[in-house]
Amino acid sequence: MGLVQIGRHDKDGELDVITTTLEKAVNWARKGSLWPMTFGLACCAIEMIAAVSSRYDMDRYGAGVFRASPRQSDLMIVAGTVCRRMAPVIRKIYDQMPEPKYVIAMGSCATSGNIYDSYSVVQGVDRFVPVDIYVPGCPPTPEALFDGILKLQERIMLKRVFTKQPDQVKA
Amino acid sequence: MSRVTGFEMHPIAERIQQKFPEGFLKAVEWRGDLAVTVARQSLHEVAKCLHDDPDMDFDYIVHVSSVDWPEEEERFEVVWEFYSIRKRHRIRLKTRCSESDCEVDSLVDIWKGADFMEREVYDMMGIRFRNHPDLRRILMPDDYNEGYPLRKDFPLQGKGWRDTFEFLNERQ
Repeated sequence: MGLVQIGRHDKDGELDVITTTLEKAVNWARKGSLWPMTFGLACCAIEMIAAVSSRYDMDRYGAGVFRASPRQSDLMIVAGTVCRRMAPVIRKIYDQMPEPKYVIAMGSCATSGNIYDSYSVVQGVDRFVPVDIYVPGCPPTPEALFDGILKLQERIMLKRVFTKQPDQVKA
Repeated sequence: MSRVTGFEMHPIAERIQQKFPEGFLKAVEWRGDLAVTVARQSLHEVAKCLHDDPDMDFDYIVHVSSVDWPEEEERFEVVWEFYSIRKRHRIRLKTRCSESDCEVDSLVDIWKGADFMEREVYDMMGIRFRNHPDLRRILMPDDYNEGYPLRKDFPLQGKGWRDTFEFLNERQ
């Protein structure tokens, strides 16, 4: 990550030196405080709730502060079957989130519509919002969601903040 | 699926048959479930009797649903389920209508709870309810124009609505 031990000076009173790029420092701060938007639509939401609760404790990854408002959050976890009638709502909430923002499609339904090949179910949220990480499972376990969050954090570390984003790392 | 003969008919079915000899079509009892089919014309008076008659006393409407039998002439079947909280008995009431004239009497004036359930049947199957106070779609959007999704001749994946996101264009 480029950051060297912080906090060593607590004992000896010496100042530490950190050598890194500003970009990495910014990304490090961003990935460590993901504020997810609660968007539980179906059974996947139960696993998402379990992931933030005490047994699994998603706060360990800095992504435990679930907000009920899109204006305070930067990660949307779409957890569950997306019906076509819900689609404009999801898009509106996505548009209301401040940049930078990320989307995790949690579970097979949000990823591809799962078995629901029907007249009312959208075949994956990526049809109307850009998705960064897909978490497979029906529903995914909290561990699987954590894997998605860790993958997203790796992804965030690759982002360019002050320079132009090369195409190959674009989310 | 014919009138039960040789056995004793369910007392409720018998009573409906006595009171409405023309409206009563058949009664089937299977594993303790009584299902009575009545003619569409006498549906409302039979239902009124089920609700008001102290021996019937069906005060609770459990469910309204519908079945599509595409091969049959009277294609649609509307099914009501009633329960009596005081008497603790239940009944399933059915009636048939054809595609060209798919309208049956609304029972909202007897059971208020039929309102949303009849709207759902209208939304999904396209069966109209005569004298319904507010017959609009309930699950699908008001401007949905692809038809009635639970009919057997409706394509499983719909007619394109699930893949059109017109709100994406409005944004740009």
